[in-house]
Amino acid sequence: MAQLSYREAVAAAIAQEMRRDPNVLFLGEDVAVAGGVFKATVGLLEEFGPLRVRDTPISEQAILGAAMGAAMTGLKPIAEIMFSDFFAVCWDTVVNEIAKARYMSNGQHECPLVIRSANGGGARFGAQHSQSIENWAMAVPGIKVVAPSNAADVKGLLAASIQDPDPVLFFEQKSMYGTKCAVPEGDYVIPLGQANISREGSDVTVVALAAMVPKALKAAKILQEKHGVSCEVIDPRCLVPLDTKSILESVSKTGRLVTVEENPRLCGWGAEIASIVGEECFWNLDSPITRITTPHIPLASVDVLEDLMIPSVDRIVSVVSEMD
Amino acid sequence: MGTKVTKSKAKTGSAGKYPLNETKQLELYQKMAECRALQQRAHDLFMQNLVKGTTHLGLGQEAIAAGFGAAMREDDYTFNTYRGHNHNYVRGVSMTAILGELMGRDIGQLRGKGGSMHITDTTKGAMGSYAIIGAHMPIAAGAAWSAQYRGTEQAAVCFFGDGTTNIGTFHEALNFAAVWKLPVVYVCENNQYMEYTAIGDVTAVPNPAADRAASYGLPSILVDGNDAEVMYETAMAALEKARSGGGPTLIEAVTYRHYGHSRADPGKYRPDEEVAEWKNNRDPVPNYRNKLLAAGMDESKLAAIDANTEEMVDKATEEAKSSGPPPDEIAFTDVWADGGAAWRN
Repeated sequence: MAQLSYREAVAAAIAQEMRRDPNVLFLGEDVAVAGGVFKATVGLLEEFGPLRVRDTPISEQAILGAAMGAAMTGLKPIAEIMFSDFFAVCWDTVVNEIAKARYMSNGQHECPLVIRSANGGGARFGAQHSQSIENWAMAVPGIKVVAPSNAADVKGLLAASIQDPDPVLFFEQKSMYGTKCAVPEGDYVIPLGQANISREGSDVTVVALAAMVPKALKAAKILQEKHGVSCEVIDPRCLVPLDTKSILESVSKTGRLVTVEENPRLCGWGAEIASIVGEECFWNLDSPITRITTPHIPLASVDVLEDLMIPSVDRIVSVVSEMD
Repeated sequence: MGTKVTKSKAKTGSAGKYPLNETKQLELYQKMAECRALQQRAHDLFMQNLVKGTTHLGLGQEAIAAGFGAAMREDDYTFNTYRGHNHNYVRGVSMTAILGELMGRDIGQLRGKGGSMHITDTTKGAMGSYAIIGAHMPIAAGAAWSAQYRGTEQAAVCFFGDGTTNIGTFHEALNFAAVWKLPVVYVCENNQYMEYTAIGDVTAVPNPAADRAASYGLPSILVDGNDAEVMYETAMAALEKARSGGGPTLIEAVTYRHYGHSRADPGKYRPDEEVAEWKNNRDPVPNYRNKLLAAGMDESKLAAIDANTEEMVDKATEEAKSSGPPPDEIAFTDVWADGGAAWRN
């Protein structure tokens, strides 16, 4: 297996699917000639040419509308929204058009498309370029929501998202683009809706997503070594479809649940998981469910303040070590 | 107060490049007559409290849909707004399915899951009715991009109202379509009122679409939207341009809606004399009938269309009324491609 960065895995997955299926097209701002502002799509224009890899104007509604129209008429477009914050200027296209087309048309419309976007904080870009909006997406019936935590999952899940017959919002955590791991070569697909047990443990279930996964894993190591607490770290990888089975099984075993969420607190994805566990697994709990989140606050730009807001390894260690 | 439209400003009469034989003229008349009867029936059913929710009628605007319907290829794509019954009907969506949908019956085109504002029949190229102003303009560009990429010489036609010209997607879609030279025809049906407000009161230019065309490197096209033959010829030229790789066209067709914005709106903000002028003197359906008669059309042929139309709409109404509500279980189908609504295991 080759060591690939998170950003290289993005290009690898798109290339894999574009080679497989001539109906896969890719469009977005600065994605073709420049290879993306995060350099995640370098080389695609050269391999697949300007008819399949296209730069667009700064017109997010046009980008997503065009992707939808192409998807409805037999193609499999991948669209990039440069920063997930910009979904706010094209949310109508996602929520009212793409998500509802199949249902409102009584099953006539198909929208097999992927919208990739750089999500989350850690890059010190301030409140309009750092948000974690996966919980916005999760709140809309009709779209699937994927948020990988490492390069191997980027490749496998992005390939699965492109192959999926439903619309998928694919959130790439922007502070992770440079992180590397071993990534399977050749065609590689991870089915959507399967959580990954990133670390096995027996005392507490820690559910973490995207950039919170490596933090949870570091915290788990410290908790084991310094506090003798055995954490099971679960990375759902997809919020929709959600692998509740893996989470419920784990909590049934450990008796404790902690969620680690980068999204702001109110209606974060962990609240839904806490609700499901509370309803379906209550009698197996030995301790109150605990959520570790970014506070309900816009993110500050400067590193010292941003680091106070986004859940840290220290916060996870501190919260988990104090659980009953 | 509506935008003043003068005949001299709007293109009238035949350009002659796309001659209309008698068959085509009768097709235009038939499409308009059927749209009129369908819309009038929708109105009557609403007044009888048989239409659930709201409905937005295109009475008075039939010539635009009819002209395009007669000009489009079977595999072309139509995108329209919530005021879209005419556009769907001229592509071949059945009257029964449209009226059934309005009445919330199982026989409805979408079995009640869409409603009056979302009539869709992909088998007829009727790619949906969109109820968020302007949202469908980029989507139509996407269908055109798809046709361009697949090399099918299909065109997408996107109908919208004058109010749409002031929303962002109008500008994003036109620039995008122009830059990518997409085979899409944008048709502004300027019925002179954006909902309850005269379009001239809220728009920086007198002709809301035509005056903006230059911004996208497109010619300004302002036509009489109440003249079916003008609309047919305009449609033919735009579709030919689209198919031959010439890129998008923006058309402003001036027209008038006979009723209010939706069935909740009596339209009292419009001067009585203005409404009377458009209804009595500039109604596209009787005007076209009179024009054909004056040109020597055999009246029996038009009378046959009229009689058949009446029969069709009565039959469709009865069929729709005889259908019950949709079964409960379809509430939970078709969120996802697997046919279901499950979001978790």
